[in-house]
Amino acid sequence: MDILTWTYLLVGFSFAIYIGIAIYTKASSTKEFYTAGGGVSPLANGMATAADWMSAASFISMAGIIAFSGYDGSVYLMGWTGGYVLLALLLAPYLRKFGKFTVPDFVGDRYYSNKAKIVAVICALFISFTYVAGQMRGVGIVFSRYLEVDINTGVIIGMTIVFFYAVLGGMKGITYTQVAQYCVLIFAFMVPAIFVSMQLTSNPVPQLGLGGTVEGGEYLLDKLDGVLTDLGFHEYTTGRKPTADIFAITLALMVGTAGLPHVIVRFFTVPRVKDARLSAGYALVFIAILYTTAPAVAAFGIYNAIDTVAGQPVDQLPEWVGNWQKTNLITVEDKDRDGFVQYTPYQDTNELNIDKDIMVLAAPEIANLPNWVVGLVAAGGMAAALSTAAGLLLVISTAVSRDLFRTFSPSMTEKRELLIARIAAATAVVIAGYFGVNPPGFVAEVVAFAFGLAAASFFPVIIMGIFSTRMNKEGAIAGMLCGLIFTLSYIIYFKFIHPELNTMEHWWFGVSPEGIGSLGMAINFLVCYLVSMVTPAPPQKVQDIIQDIRIPRGAGSAHDH
Amino acid sequence: MDEHKQRMKYYWKRNIRIVLSLLAVWFLVSFGFGILMVEPLNAIRVGGFKLGFWFAQQGSIFSFVVLIFIYVYKMNKLDEEFDVNEK
Repeated sequence: MDILTWTYLLVGFSFAIYIGIAIYTKASSTKEFYTAGGGVSPLANGMATAADWMSAASFISMAGIIAFSGYDGSVYLMGWTGGYVLLALLLAPYLRKFGKFTVPDFVGDRYYSNKAKIVAVICALFISFTYVAGQMRGVGIVFSRYLEVDINTGVIIGMTIVFFYAVLGGMKGITYTQVAQYCVLIFAFMVPAIFVSMQLTSNPVPQLGLGGTVEGGEYLLDKLDGVLTDLGFHEYTTGRKPTADIFAITLALMVGTAGLPHVIVRFFTVPRVKDARLSAGYALVFIAILYTTAPAVAAFGIYNAIDTVAGQPVDQLPEWVGNWQKTNLITVEDKDRDGFVQYTPYQDTNELNIDKDIMVLAAPEIANLPNWVVGLVAAGGMAAALSTAAGLLLVISTAVSRDLFRTFSPSMTEKRELLIARIAAATAVVIAGYFGVNPPGFVAEVVAFAFGLAAASFFPVIIMGIFSTRMNKEGAIAGMLCGLIFTLSYIIYFKFIHPELNTMEHWWFGVSPEGIGSLGMAINFLVCYLVSMVTPAPPQKVQDIIQDIRIPRGAGSAHDH
Repeated sequence: MDEHKQRMKYYWKRNIRIVLSLLAVWFLVSFGFGILMVEPLNAIRVGGFKLGFWFAQQGSIFSFVVLIFIYVYKMNKLDEEFDVNEK
């Protein structure tokens, strides 16, 4: 069978599974819609969290980013996994004990203030919309590259599928589809990685293959360092960015991860506090499988590309180069007409441009793997994008139905709330689809927003809410606003107002806009501490809540207080 | 009741100690070995890896996983000791 048939078959089959699960797990109450009824096993929740977390960017783009940035790419590897340690140790068990449905719920109750809650809702909506637009685009791209349909048609098909299981099934439907999606995406990521590792280093474990030897007995990483420096590039295994910036970006990504609402809500779905802790551990195991393989895929990819393309005669390039040139993901242009492909860091002599996404997308072809593996990668990319999109849509619909409507109309019946949640999810799917079809030019830039904002707004306020009994609403609101405004202004200034100044010498303390969330977080902590010291302590009722969430016993399933 | 309160205070203190000691390791393997000390560590080689590079791209992640499971184990034991575990 040819590649296209395999792709249709595998993608179609995986979609059938997702829709089947959605119909089987239809949510019938708000509790099921928001937290899957609170009865999900820690293992299943761990898998669902992993699928929720790993987006199209993790699956398709991350390995490629690392391939071209070498050591500097480590910020994503450490940043997007280290956050789970913070989540497990500082947030998940306490928020689970608190036992409500959303992050704004917690902020509103702990800080006895609807104002604080509204600020939290706005942050949650902004972060989630930013993200979901990118996912829809990812779905469209996978469709157009593999199934040879138009990007817009791809986005609409993706929208329909997500609509089906997110709107019908709510958290319950999403959780069990995400378990299936995790299996699809990890299988799709690992199979080509294992094959390539065997071919290059004769070690079937990619994590070890990265430290293995290539033909001729030289270590892969040493050879890569040598080849790159010979071509005039920076060494693969050492950094280019200043240490302060690497530090700040890693911290912002870690803290941002722990502050992302769609990740936090996953821990409301397990029955007990101890399950929340364990579930964070499982989630990180499942994430780590992909995240420790990605650096290997990155090094194998760049090594293979240089080995088989750079310096080769233009008319004798491998077949995959021709295939992917059609998509413009790789371009070869013999500028000096000497018949060979020059690969250099300088724009006027470089004749080879490789898009970062190719490291994962074309890996099966580069390694001459059978056609079904190509179809599998397509299904995996789709699973990664859809699972993340669904988790985000749920946060959006919950924020609207519960945090906005319920706050202002507390007497609303459950049936009505559920209806509003579904309408909100449906509306969000359509808006996200719109951004997928007409992507704003700044999609890549706004990702920095999402993490920066989560780090500078939610994280400090939640931490203080749990670990300090003295923290009051004045402190929390002031802290959130200062962190938020500082981070936003810094990013907007360098990304939109004066993009030409976005270089190291203009940054504060050498921190780029990507890493500024960590400074925003520090400011948030400082402001909320100082303001709370000069304003009255929170009421006794709130102090009792804090004492209560610190003790695991007595956590029922998530409920209304 | 007061005695219970005292006990819960002590439970919380022990909890904080566990969390802080694990976070110290978390900081060390990522920000320490992977970022601040990466250059001196790169002088040490383990197989085909420079050690600093390995910590930044793989070692820190493995450590994170282990840290969470140690936390789960220690907290379950602590909860039991103070009789605040969930039945």
